[in-house]
Amino acid sequence: MTQWGFVIDISKCIACYCCFTACKDEYWDNDYSSYTAAQPKFGQFWMNIAKNERGKYPYVKVAYMPIPCMQCEDAPCIKAARDGAVYQRPDGIVVIDPRKAVGQKQLLEPEACPYGVIFWNEEKNIPQKCTFCVHRLEKGESPRCVQACPSECLVFGDLDDPESDVSKLLKSAKAEVFHPEWKAKPRVYYVDLHKMTRQFIAGAVIYGDTDECAEGVTATLIANGKSVKTTTNNYGNFEFDGLDAGKYSVKLECAGYAPKTIDVDLKTDGYLGDIILAKA
Amino acid sequence: MTSSVKSEQVFTNCTTGGPVYVYVKDGKITRIEPLELSDDDATSWVIEARGKKFSPPRVARVSPFTLAERSRIYGNSRILHPLKRVDFDAKGDRKTGNRGKSGYEEISWDEALDILTDEIKRIHANYGPGAILTTPSSHHNWGNIGYRHSALLRFMGILGATYADHNPDSWEGWHWGAMHTWGFAWRLGISEQYDLLEDALKHTEQIVFWSSDPATTTGIYAGQESSIRHLWLKELGVKMVFIDPFFNFTAVNFSDKWFAPRPGTDTALAAAIAHVWLSEDLYDKDYIEKRTYGFEKWRDYLLGKEDGVPKTPEWAEKESRIPAREIRALAREWAKKKTMLAAGGLGGWGGACRTAYGTEWARMMVLLQAMQGLGKPGINIWSTTGGSPFNADFFFPGYAEGGIGGDPLNAASQFQLVPRGITMHPVSSAVNNPGGQHIPRILIPECILNPPQEWRGKGFCGASTETQLKKYKYPEDGFSEIKMFWRYGGAYIGTMNNTNRWVKMYQSPKLEFVVNQSVYLEGEAKFADLILPACSNFERWDIGEWANCSGYIPHSSYNANRRIIVLQKKCIEPLGESRSDYEIFAMVAERLGFHDKFTEGGLTDLDWAKRMFEVSDLPKYISWEEFEKKGYFVVPMPEDYKSTPALRWFAEGRKKDTPDWGPVGGGISGLPDAEGNLATQSGKIEFESQSLKRFDPNDTERPLVPKYIPSWEGHHTRELYSKYPLHLISPHPKYSFHTMNDAKGCWINEIPEHRVKAEDGYYYWVIRINPEDAGKRGIKDNDIVKAYNDRGAVLLNAQLTERVPPGVVHSFESCSIYEPIGEPGESPDRAGCVNLLTPHRFISKNACGMAPNSCLIEIENWK
Repeated sequence: MTQWGFVIDISKCIACYCCFTACKDEYWDNDYSSYTAAQPKFGQFWMNIAKNERGKYPYVKVAYMPIPCMQCEDAPCIKAARDGAVYQRPDGIVVIDPRKAVGQKQLLEPEACPYGVIFWNEEKNIPQKCTFCVHRLEKGESPRCVQACPSECLVFGDLDDPESDVSKLLKSAKAEVFHPEWKAKPRVYYVDLHKMTRQFIAGAVIYGDTDECAEGVTATLIANGKSVKTTTNNYGNFEFDGLDAGKYSVKLECAGYAPKTIDVDLKTDGYLGDIILAKA
Repeated sequence: MTSSVKSEQVFTNCTTGGPVYVYVKDGKITRIEPLELSDDDATSWVIEARGKKFSPPRVARVSPFTLAERSRIYGNSRILHPLKRVDFDAKGDRKTGNRGKSGYEEISWDEALDILTDEIKRIHANYGPGAILTTPSSHHNWGNIGYRHSALLRFMGILGATYADHNPDSWEGWHWGAMHTWGFAWRLGISEQYDLLEDALKHTEQIVFWSSDPATTTGIYAGQESSIRHLWLKELGVKMVFIDPFFNFTAVNFSDKWFAPRPGTDTALAAAIAHVWLSEDLYDKDYIEKRTYGFEKWRDYLLGKEDGVPKTPEWAEKESRIPAREIRALAREWAKKKTMLAAGGLGGWGGACRTAYGTEWARMMVLLQAMQGLGKPGINIWSTTGGSPFNADFFFPGYAEGGIGGDPLNAASQFQLVPRGITMHPVSSAVNNPGGQHIPRILIPECILNPPQEWRGKGFCGASTETQLKKYKYPEDGFSEIKMFWRYGGAYIGTMNNTNRWVKMYQSPKLEFVVNQSVYLEGEAKFADLILPACSNFERWDIGEWANCSGYIPHSSYNANRRIIVLQKKCIEPLGESRSDYEIFAMVAERLGFHDKFTEGGLTDLDWAKRMFEVSDLPKYISWEEFEKKGYFVVPMPEDYKSTPALRWFAEGRKKDTPDWGPVGGGISGLPDAEGNLATQSGKIEFESQSLKRFDPNDTERPLVPKYIPSWEGHHTRELYSKYPLHLISPHPKYSFHTMNDAKGCWINEIPEHRVKAEDGYYYWVIRINPEDAGKRGIKDNDIVKAYNDRGAVLLNAQLTERVPPGVVHSFESCSIYEPIGEPGESPDRAGCVNLLTPHRFISKNACGMAPNSCLIEIENWK
């Protein structure tokens, strides 16, 4: 049985917003009968883009994250709806019936949709959201956002078919759902989600005697008795990404120089700046 | 292509951001989708590199604004009827001082044409030739028939108008600078890009993006076609370094290292890199000896023999704020790895070329790569956008090749189209010719308000390096001053510099009559006495090739991943009473008695499109009937395609083997052909520019050897800097093509990187500021702020970000609207025209380009 789903690679989202405008083009003033009423011209973002900026000048990281409806397997919106106004199709797509959902503003509450992807249509008095372009899927076409994506960020297909691109990617890449703790079981998976949800520690190591960038220094990140190693590049930069907040220490070692350990209480991203190694 | 929806029709069209299918139901556009190729279209090229195969997707990767076209077409800014300023009376008081303030009333086309043609006749009779000024905007629509080099030039050529020459706004430093280093006048100072995609995929180990953001500038008209190439390069492990005061949109995904030099100091950084190579012996001496001229003078400059200041990394650190040790690390890795320099977004261009003395930056970019063997495998100037495998044997012209105008002097490279028979009656303007009257766009207000004016170079100086040195004046001997201005296309208030000047110009009685012919009611249209409603290119017939402007960017469709020629079908009837530009010109020509000449005996825009088809190479492959039915044609690659990488011939001292159409081999044009020569006097890359030596060896603002010269508006202009301590950079916009897709009820306004809706419901233009600078001023994220200097004030949405260093603020240029909160020209603009703030001073005294990125401002909270 076909189960539609996404694997979205956050590292490949280039913030072109093609998905964003293509989605509006598909739905503004276009009614798709039982699946959805037309979208108003402004104010609804069925394919929205979130941004996360981390670090501090001159060490900055920015990520963009496309957010469609997660089409949750255990969708809170279905439970929050009255009269069966929201239902799940056998292929997993969650549909808000535009006729039955009239006046059901409670679907915009965080309890009904913690992901915030349901929008209110003031004129028609209905809640609306992304449908995975189910009317296009029925014709064998891909969703408009996928058609418009120029950077292989949006991978869409049948999660039930082991040969589909989306299944293969799900298998090969480390993909996660956004906010698993909400237990809604989304069918949208993300690669490199840590760029939105976790922190990094980085620094620039300098040889104290020559004032040159210290290349090839071993940097060890230690936390809770576990350690990870990396090596500084030609600019003396090292980086550990995908970290949770907490207490860490970074140990820097280089032959001929006194080792240095820096304790980090990581709350937001930690760019440690210039770190000078003294000659041993 | 047929729609699966009953009663829905499908048309093809091409936009500035790519080719599309247009779905129409009941006379209304319902959807606009990217063109997807079918199986019977030409096969895609495959590049094999480092054990992998790369081939582009079979769908047009169009721009976000192309996908938002429907919102613009049916937006709230369409001009649907001819409009007259309510207090304009052609026969009485014109009240020119009310331009920009008064409202408009709808009038009929007959009334509008009466006013317009009566004014043309009156002005011609009273003042003689040259009194009517015209100038188009760039790319407000697409097509070889209906656009500016075609219908506009044909009409204005017959009318005999003075034409305001565009400064090469995207090329500036390359045009006025690098042209003196490596020639390429016919490309306005940037080089060919043939097959550099394959070269990079095979050989390049590192790309240094210097003032280059291809994810934003996207090969000009090539939509998102190059996005996939960035992924390929990353997959191959190519290291990517970014030098830009803004952590730009390409850096977001691909930056391995970011340097943010203080604006205007890129040249100091470049000199220091060369200094490292010189002092550590890290450059290609054999290449320097055989392929360059005047290296000793450059060496003397770097070592400080001239001025006593060695251009060391420590020296550059003081100017640029980039740590000296990091400059060394960059220089060493650049020399060690096969490094491609992406200088600007098009292998040329870049915001750094639009600064005071931006000439010196562009020249140094060429010289840095010369020191590393420019043209050798993997080492070139290329910014990922151009240089896909390209069939140059197939002739289909770009829009800048002249279209139906046939004007040999004012369209680039008309030489191919006229002999093929595009027009039986080529037009040659009596005013807009070398002996006629000219105006540089940057100086339009000065010419109108304070004549006489003088400058050097007539717009895009593509004929030769020497043409940019020629002196011009306004008014030209024997010609009238300007009395009437006929604007065509989008607004300039958001794109030219210090544009409160434009407001003052428009309100002057010296401009007796202003007409604006436009699709949308942008900021400048509201200064007209008469507004003519044009239609979009979805409402008329045309024909065009994706990304092909050609002209001064020969073979520019190699920015896309394949050549696609589109029959731009009339999808819907023109909205309201709007008409195609061609039809508007034809109606005016009718009343002025030259309809037959303009339309060549009554040809329609579809007739012209068919003729364009016939004179191209299309009929060799496809019949008109098939083309009309299918709507597009994909140019196949030759089966025996042989890659000829740009400038490889030069590096190897061979005769040029690329399809570039500029002087082949022979040094400066006119000299006998020689092996492997560039179009410079020496035929080599010139560290010491011989053309400048001939012109003015004592010009300290553009010296014979390029130098770091502190900006005339920057951290060394102490008094100004203490008053206005923030450097504003205003690069080309990401989500709009110039002003074209901004405002106007377009979905682009809902992109928070473009505009942000404030509590008052207004969509404010974005300015990016470092939290440290914001904190000092009590500015929080999303506050409305006033950015200002002595030239003007703009209200903007503040976005706090570490993507700019302290002391630098970033706001894209190209706001399309202008909405002063009080007196126009005197009060803050809340629309977001940051170009009200930028200086209109030339790059340097003899280089009449613009330098908007040399701009100091202050910002404060707006209550």
